[in-house]
Amino acid sequence: MSGRTAFDVDLARTLIDRKRATPGGTLPILHDLQEHFGYIDDRVIPLIAEALNISRAETLGVISFYHDFRRFPVDGRVLKLCRAESCQAMGCEDLVSHLERQHGIKVDDAGDDAELHVETVYCLGNCALSPSALLDGEPIGRLDRDRLDAIVADAQGKTQ
Amino acid sequence: MSARVFVPADSSALSVGAEAVARAILDEARRRGFDIELVRTGSRGLFWLEPLIEVETAAGRIGYGPVAPGETAQLFEAGFLSGGAHPKALGRVDDIPYLARQQRLIFARCGVTDPLSIDDYRRHGGLKGLERALKLGPKATVEEVLASGLRGRGGAGFPAGIKWRTTAGINADQKYVVCNADEGDSGTFADRMLMEGDPFLLIEGMAIAAVTVGATKGYVYIRSEYPHAFAMFERAIERARAAGLIGPSVLGSGHAFDLEARLGAGAYICGEETSLLESLEGKRGQIRPKPPLPAIAGLFGKPTVMNNVLSFASTPWILEHGAKAYAAYGVGRSLGSQPFQLAGNVRHGGLIELAFGATLRDLIEGFGGGTRNGRPIRAVQVGGPLGAYFPEKLLDTPLDYEALAAAGGMLGHGGIVVFDDSVDMARQARFAFEFCAKESCGKCTPCRIGSVRGAETVDKIIAGLDREKNLELLRDLCEVMTDGSLCALGGLAPMPVLSALNHFSEDFAKSPARAAAE
Repeated sequence: MSGRTAFDVDLARTLIDRKRATPGGTLPILHDLQEHFGYIDDRVIPLIAEALNISRAETLGVISFYHDFRRFPVDGRVLKLCRAESCQAMGCEDLVSHLERQHGIKVDDAGDDAELHVETVYCLGNCALSPSALLDGEPIGRLDRDRLDAIVADAQGKTQ
Repeated sequence: MSARVFVPADSSALSVGAEAVARAILDEARRRGFDIELVRTGSRGLFWLEPLIEVETAAGRIGYGPVAPGETAQLFEAGFLSGGAHPKALGRVDDIPYLARQQRLIFARCGVTDPLSIDDYRRHGGLKGLERALKLGPKATVEEVLASGLRGRGGAGFPAGIKWRTTAGINADQKYVVCNADEGDSGTFADRMLMEGDPFLLIEGMAIAAVTVGATKGYVYIRSEYPHAFAMFERAIERARAAGLIGPSVLGSGHAFDLEARLGAGAYICGEETSLLESLEGKRGQIRPKPPLPAIAGLFGKPTVMNNVLSFASTPWILEHGAKAYAAYGVGRSLGSQPFQLAGNVRHGGLIELAFGATLRDLIEGFGGGTRNGRPIRAVQVGGPLGAYFPEKLLDTPLDYEALAAAGGMLGHGGIVVFDDSVDMARQARFAFEFCAKESCGKCTPCRIGSVRGAETVDKIIAGLDREKNLELLRDLCEVMTDGSLCALGGLAPMPVLSALNHFSEDFAKSPARAAAE
């Protein structure tokens, strides 16, 4: 999920080269880059464009189209909180306001140095155990306020 | 002989602690000197019982659940390895009514077998469909799929056999088989369960399609919200390749077919087939106008058979047992079985595979046991975020393509989300627009702009501004979006809105103060 390797142009080039011959390889390359560095650094745009023989504008267009690709590094943990209908029916919006009221954490609006980034996601396919979330890629079902408090405390303790 | 214990590694089961339970069982067994074989399976789809562990005994597989990691010591003391009594004991899992009353054609193995063992897959009847398709040859296989009446399970309900016949009839240097595993609808999880619990079934179904239409390469496009399903499916592809199920010669038939799993990147629109193709080609997931149909000019401009996970996964059964046996399930023009997914505010949520024709009430009350918190049911959304909301009085609507359409809804991918009486339907209508605005690919104006204006208009109605005029405007906008959008996202976003307006008009007429207080 969120990688921790500092950005390195040579490594980026290697990752891009590995899949330059893959048909329609843009997304696989972007996923590899994000997995290694935790985000898509703007410096890879010309590299991808050249490797895939597409324009820089097209490359940026692909990166910006998909919700998954981050343009800036994030520190701390990432909690993807489902806010689709099934989780709405089980009170996910209460969790959203609890986060803000109790912990001052705004969903989709954490500072770059926040210990915990809470992001909206629409459906994790765990709808029979709503509300549902993914914490750094690990699934959580039947999420409630107590569990959320524990996640916040853990994230804040972890980076202190 | 060592006892065999089964613990799901399905991501829903993991989300409530299955991993810790598996570890605790192994530790406890070691401490007590028991020799056990721990098998990680998919889920049976009885999610309120997860983590649901099973033990193989002379009387069959006995279940215990939901099990907490701290309960494993007690379970050993109760002699669970030979099916001993315990408050969490569920008896024979196959006899649990929720499961026993289902008609599992696709999900027969899910939660039973080791998803990554080809031997287990064969032992439980796997590969017979593909073997028969190879024996029948392409023409007869297409006929079989046509005669079965199988319709696309992704939501559109288009006959699968017609797609296959179209692609099979074209001469091309390259053809593709693409599986749409971008299961983005809220309240659906059948594709995920299958990819995690019985991935070889999907591979077999895709191989049947490939040898039938003459495709040599296949892609499975899996959404990134399913990291476990993706990892599991990649491993399954490797195993299938090593076992010769796919590769240069499918089961030694001389047909070449290889498969690759591709990860989406969080765009709901990529569940629309032409957006998915664009995404696979490495582009923005913007939809393509149709025609040309993907069956004629699809991935990289080549003829492409595209189906949903459940459509491909239905074909091995059809080929093994014959079209006639398959068409014996279901009603009217909705034939075969449909894995329904019951979610939201419901006591017993899970996967319910049944022949078409059961009613919403059968599922929600008969299987689901009503709402989880015991409050009255007020609304039920069927078919994902673009599906209609049904009021309680329409719960006797049968679940088949035609009956749902007649009731102003759609089956979609078979997701059913239950809401209790605390739901505010004006808010739900607003959300439908908000979701559409966020996920619109931007290609056509009715969807891109209409969704934004729709949310604003609902806001005005909620605030009590020019209510009558704005309600009229809202209906007009819905008509424009329905008729003028290029694809189903903009075209169907009005469906939940209109159903909310038609069945729950009182929620659009509250005084602003009352709406704010609630």
